[in-house]
Amino acid sequence: MIRLPLVLFLSAALFSTGVYGVLARRNAVLVLMSIELMLNAVNLNLVAFGQALHDITGQVFALFVITVAAAEVGIGLAIVILIYRNRETINVDEVNLLKW
Amino acid sequence: MTGAEIAFVIVGIAAVVGAFRVVTARNVVRAALYLVVTLSAVAGVYLLLAAEFVAWVQILIYVGAIVILFLFGLMLTKAPIGREALDNQRRGVAFLVAVAILGGLVYLIQGAFDWDAPRIDPIEGSVASVGTSLFSRFVLPFEVISLLLLAALIGAIVLSRKEDRP
Repeated sequence: MIRLPLVLFLSAALFSTGVYGVLARRNAVLVLMSIELMLNAVNLNLVAFGQALHDITGQVFALFVITVAAAEVGIGLAIVILIYRNRETINVDEVNLLKW
Repeated sequence: MTGAEIAFVIVGIAAVVGAFRVVTARNVVRAALYLVVTLSAVAGVYLLLAAEFVAWVQILIYVGAIVILFLFGLMLTKAPIGREALDNQRRGVAFLVAVAILGGLVYLIQGAFDWDAPRIDPIEGSVASVGTSLFSRFVLPFEVISLLLLAALIGAIVLSRKEDRP
């Protein structure tokens, strides 16, 4: 038996930490880790609201988000390794291929 | 405070401290290991919310697979040590944006949700109940997401394969 706002505060703290990581980190792998933090915050909200509203749908969607996160990390790390092979760096501020 | 809430606060503090260390650690491998702390603590919160299937999936997929993928990614790329090598020059702006988002979210949450409302009375989140819902109402999204996972798998293999065609 937990108060709903407590879970929401924890999720807000995790999400803003992830935002800081995405904005402040240079290393592409660390940026991906910060994205995982934000996805976890969203999952926490889905499960908490699902339990508060007595609906199993929240947990089903949390499972979907976990699956999409796994696919995203697989593709993201493949791209990171490809960039490292071609450019010898994975700093996101030095990769400007798509910058006009 | 109930016993569950005290356990929640302890696990939540572990999650926030781990997350903070993930974004501030100077060694990339340590950042990955602190990510394990945060993900396990979030799994503990799922258990406290009686969502046991999601909690074990979190342990299996996140801690067991995704963190290992991250460690392989760090192993295959050069991982310099030190703050200047890992962070960019806009740390102050990033900190301000993160604090603004946290403040805005906390303000909205405490305005939108009554603190004295009844506590969460969780429903059973067992494998049987989640599976029944997954294979009755959500069977089409389930199939679509398995196709997405297959496409991502093939895409990752094609991307990271060495070019040896003539």
